[in-house]
Amino acid sequence: MSMLRMQETSEMAETSFDIVIIGSGPGGYVTAIRAAQLGFKTAIVERAYLGGICLNWGCIPTKALLRSAEIFHYMQHAKEFGLSAEKVGYDTSAIVKRSRAVSKRLNDGVGFLMKKNKVSVIWGEAFIDAPGKVTVKPSKSEAPKGALGPGSYQAKHIIIATGARPRVLPGIEPDKKLVWTYFEAMVPDRMPKSLLIIGSGAIGIEFASFYRTLGADVTVVEVLPQILPVEDAEIAAVARKSFEKQGIKILTNAKVTKLDKKSDNVIATIEEGGKSQTITSERVISAVGVVGNIENLGLEKLGVKTERDIIAVDQFNKTNVPGIYAIGDVSGPPMLAHKAEHEGVVCIEAIKGLHPHPMNKLMIPGCTYCSPQIASVGLTEQAAKEKKQDIRIGRFPFMANGKAIALGEEQGLVKVIFDSKTGQLLGAHMVGAEVTELIQGYVVAMNLETTEEELMRTVFPHPTLSEAMHEAVLNAYGRALNI
Amino acid sequence: MSEPITMPALSDTMNTGRLVKWVKKLGDAIKKGDTIAEVETDKAVMEVDAFHDGYLAGPLAPEGTEMPVGKVIGYIADSPGEAVAKGAQATPAAPKAAPPETVRAAGVPAQEDEDSKAAAAVVGKGAPAPAAKPPAAPAKTTDAPTAQSTSPQRGEVARSASLPAQSSSPLPAGEKSAPKAPGEEARTSHADRVSASPLARRLATDSGVDLAGIQGSGPHGRIVAADVEAAKSSKGVMAPAAAEVAAPTGHGMSDQQIRALYPDGSYEIVPHDSMRRIIAQRLVQSNLTIPHFYLTVDCDIGKLLAAREESNRTAPQDKDGKPIWKLSVNDFVIKALALALQRVPDANATWTESGMLKHRHSDVGVAVAIKGGLIAPLVRNAETKSLSVISNEMKELAARARARKLKSEEYLGGASAVSNLGMFAIKDFTAVINPPQATILAVGAGEERPIARSGKIEVATIMTVTLSCDHRVVDGVLGAQLIGAFKALIEQPVLLAV
Repeated sequence: MSMLRMQETSEMAETSFDIVIIGSGPGGYVTAIRAAQLGFKTAIVERAYLGGICLNWGCIPTKALLRSAEIFHYMQHAKEFGLSAEKVGYDTSAIVKRSRAVSKRLNDGVGFLMKKNKVSVIWGEAFIDAPGKVTVKPSKSEAPKGALGPGSYQAKHIIIATGARPRVLPGIEPDKKLVWTYFEAMVPDRMPKSLLIIGSGAIGIEFASFYRTLGADVTVVEVLPQILPVEDAEIAAVARKSFEKQGIKILTNAKVTKLDKKSDNVIATIEEGGKSQTITSERVISAVGVVGNIENLGLEKLGVKTERDIIAVDQFNKTNVPGIYAIGDVSGPPMLAHKAEHEGVVCIEAIKGLHPHPMNKLMIPGCTYCSPQIASVGLTEQAAKEKKQDIRIGRFPFMANGKAIALGEEQGLVKVIFDSKTGQLLGAHMVGAEVTELIQGYVVAMNLETTEEELMRTVFPHPTLSEAMHEAVLNAYGRALNI
Repeated sequence: MSEPITMPALSDTMNTGRLVKWVKKLGDAIKKGDTIAEVETDKAVMEVDAFHDGYLAGPLAPEGTEMPVGKVIGYIADSPGEAVAKGAQATPAAPKAAPPETVRAAGVPAQEDEDSKAAAAVVGKGAPAPAAKPPAAPAKTTDAPTAQSTSPQRGEVARSASLPAQSSSPLPAGEKSAPKAPGEEARTSHADRVSASPLARRLATDSGVDLAGIQGSGPHGRIVAADVEAAKSSKGVMAPAAAEVAAPTGHGMSDQQIRALYPDGSYEIVPHDSMRRIIAQRLVQSNLTIPHFYLTVDCDIGKLLAAREESNRTAPQDKDGKPIWKLSVNDFVIKALALALQRVPDANATWTESGMLKHRHSDVGVAVAIKGGLIAPLVRNAETKSLSVISNEMKELAARARARKLKSEEYLGGASAVSNLGMFAIKDFTAVINPPQATILAVGAGEERPIARSGKIEVATIMTVTLSCDHRVVDGVLGAQLIGAFKALIEQPVLLAV
């Protein structure tokens, strides 16, 4: 008993660390584990949820929601597969409950990983007083068991991994009731009959897919000429066609200029090509991007350089102030969990003096889990042309892939872009079933600097969707076999 | 069936090796463990031993060629017929390497040293002051002479090796001064083949860049596209033959520019061996980074010569009737310098950025001329050793230095050194400090000179010595104290026996 108390006391007294990471999202907690592996005495400060947005309010719970929607979709189409499923329905609260349970499980998992790697968890709001000094103030949420509390902490290196939050545009401020952000959109108490989604990036499109599949009347408004603006135009066009076929209304080159909130619906004024129209919907989701959480950290006083709403860093994520680093969303786009994780690892390895290669941002894949899925890596055709690169393009449609036909997933396209001089794979873009699981093949190939030759000579298993990846490469060199 | 023999990695820092000679001939029967070839690293000549039985098969790499670690230099065939057939093939086979662990290497004497007169100088030939060539022992961080062939060392330790030694890689310094590695993997050149990504290979082929001349920055030293791009942008400089241009031994002119100053055919080009290259790099580094100053004094060695003569004449004899010691003037110089360093302990030191290393013992380096260069083995704790111990130890060290069989710990370190050109009748000279040492004593010939003593001209045997000092460690007065202590000791040799 007294031993136990002594242990607790000594833990309580622990205030000096090699590394203190602010934020326990995928960037922060992975960096903490890598730091611990490298022998650093490490602590991580979290104010709300271990695992951050990704695990609790982002990537993971939305995947759970989308899985429910996907199965619902299959059940509705059971007949096509010779099956019968009568009175197919769903329970919104049960879908949400499952999604939350998935998050909870992973959230617990992060706690376990911190413990396993002897990373101290400090609960509260972090403020950097000076390089090497962090004050943690109490936060509103309850601390998990074993966490250190508010107080003054020392750290040789401070890594800011505070992530991002939804961007708020004037006139369409979220109110949590009628105008949602992803937080509310993730935990609906009932299925809205109609939904207006502002923004067609990954978040907007995933919610459009989820709500449409479960029966809501969905309209997506995009200010740019193309939905999924970061994706290759051709792929985005295939996706758009598919979404519209599902009944999603899509307005591009369109802008929501006004939201007129009624008691249980919203009248949106939308300008599209000089014409104005109004759309009435029960709920609105604002998915107009995210901004870095750079406030209340003491950055201004420290003189840490910020650019708009992110922290400026070098290729090893150092800020302009020695001893202070920033990784993940808060250090700039692409704001993706896997970018944050890799950046954190590079950052900590550089601190250790291991001379890692900086991250090549052109090799960060992006995935959108709508139906059909979108996945891509590297340059789009437009970007390659803008860079005046001499390119070769290969394409292969899922409708010529045996496995896709067997699955009943014939809507899909694989597109690859090679440098015609060197054979370097510059980019790969896919739309279709399971492409988010396929893209990694190209990502590995790009990282290993393979040319078209190695890809052509690689044996792809039959029958798989991945054969379409092989065929697309062959097609770029006029050698496709099954088309 | 035949197994390739590859250029072994004989030390952590070895990137290339020069095939000195084939000990076995094409078609010779070979037993596991037989020495089949000799390879010169930057510091030593090592044996390459067979790792299994068979017959030496070609194509064999020509003697004298420098090759990257991991390159196939020959084959061991299962049958003599195959060995001969193999030997007839013109094209070298794909460089598929055996794991480096399978090739054993051991220290071996270098080529026969016909021209060992200069080398013998150190132990003296009765001249008042035996001599050695100017100092500058290459302090390369290799422990090759004892090393089993090692796979590249991994991990942070390898990366943080702090010795300032120049890499022997054919890369221009500065081009890749900070090798990068993902994870904890150290980026050492892999004893495999030239490891390069497919894209890097294609870029190299398209642009005519030789991959062998590029150090990879990818995992395990893999050459990636960016490395080829970097090489392309400095094309010509990166080609292995021209790489030396940019090495820190240069003088602002390219090889081509220099050659253009001399008519074609008026010279021959002798390729540098790795020792020559290291000497050049180390001495340039020394002269560029160490603020040298010089202090010269004349020492009257009349008493020393008498004492030497006396002690050698009365030396006990071993059972073969040979005297068990034969002291040289240089032995007295070593001992006197060692004691002087003890008397002036502040000068027995080494500069480091974080603080002065003040040494407790006097480890004195002694420059030994060897064929194609020189090396300065250390007499450790010389202040504690008698003249006869120093003398015999020096003879043994010099012999092994000439055979290039010294271990790295036998020449790396020390606080001062002796360089003696007395036997070549050099009156006085200055020597270049051998880092990390702080001083070096250049010893001239002992010769009879007229001197003024108490108003009269007398004849005395005078030896002029010049102390080169690292001003970061030794200031003028301190240097004067050190050389003064030396003079006092060498002029009163009885003090050396106390």
